Amino acid sequence: MAIHLYRIDDRLIHGQVVVGWGQPLNIRVLILVDDAVAASDWEKELYRMAVPPEMEVYFADVATAIREHAKYAGDPRPGLLITGDIESMYRLVRGVKAIGNVNLGGIHHRAGRSEKLRYIFLTPDEEQQLKQLEAAGVEVTAQDVPSARAVPLPEVLEGAAR
Amino acid sequence: MNDHTGGGPEKPRAIVVGHGEFAGGLVSAVGQICGMADKLVVLSMMGMTPEDIEGTIRDQLSRTGARVIFTDLPAGSATIAARRIVKDDPEIVLVSGVNLATLLDFVFNTSVSPTDAARAAAERGKASLIVVGR
Repeated sequence: MAIHLYRIDDRLIHGQVVVGWGQPLNIRVLILVDDAVAASDWEKELYRMAVPPEMEVYFADVATAIREHAKYAGDPRPGLLITGDIESMYRLVRGVKAIGNVNLGGIHHRAGRSEKLRYIFLTPDEEQQLKQLEAAGVEVTAQDVPSARAVPLPEVLEGAAR
Repeated sequence: MNDHTGGGPEKPRAIVVGHGEFAGGLVSAVGQICGMADKLVVLSMMGMTPEDIEGTIRDQLSRTGARVIFTDLPAGSATIAARRIVKDDPEIVLVSGVNLATLLDFVFNTSVSPTDAARAAAERGKASLIVVGR
């Protein structure tokens, strides 16, 4: 499998993704899975212009990403798949049934969310979805940048690593 | 001094926003070199959602009347947010990849509008990148 990281990050494509992870993992393909972005040519162009020329970007809504996942995973170039929210990754993981690890990269403060880590805030429903992912055999860890420690989900939910 | 942002006390001419303490450090350097840090508004986007970043920049543009946004990385969240703002108001100018030479040229160039000064400063910033050695 050439997808090296499945990441949830509400900033989608940004510095931590393109440079922070992109450089050490030598990422050459970004798969941005987001229903709203996939439906808008302007949004797609916005994010396409944010990546360096050596990276190709695929845009897909969740349903398309489920159908096309085997193609993404079969691409020999190192890839990184990103969703902007837990719900999209949850649907993707359940649809694909071949994703073993999910990285929580950045889920920031909004009404109804409580702080778990400096860069992870969750609603009770989001906590449940993450627990369900782990119960289904998916390893969920929080790690904003490669040099940081990967914090296991139980520790994230306790908020002990804040 | 000819400032196109209006009469009375001079207002900031641009917003500087980037990762970590980038904007604060860069503007601090402008202040140390020429004492003109008050021409620039510093924004940090640490811990913000994309919506918060965009909202904060919009608030500062509205509050200060600035028409120029400087950001650090083309791929950064601030740049993405600023591009959304420019889409809504093409009279605002975004310069991504800002460096110290860019900001210094910008704050001194008060003979033209801030948006024209930003375009000229971007060229100066590009030219300031030099490589020495084999």
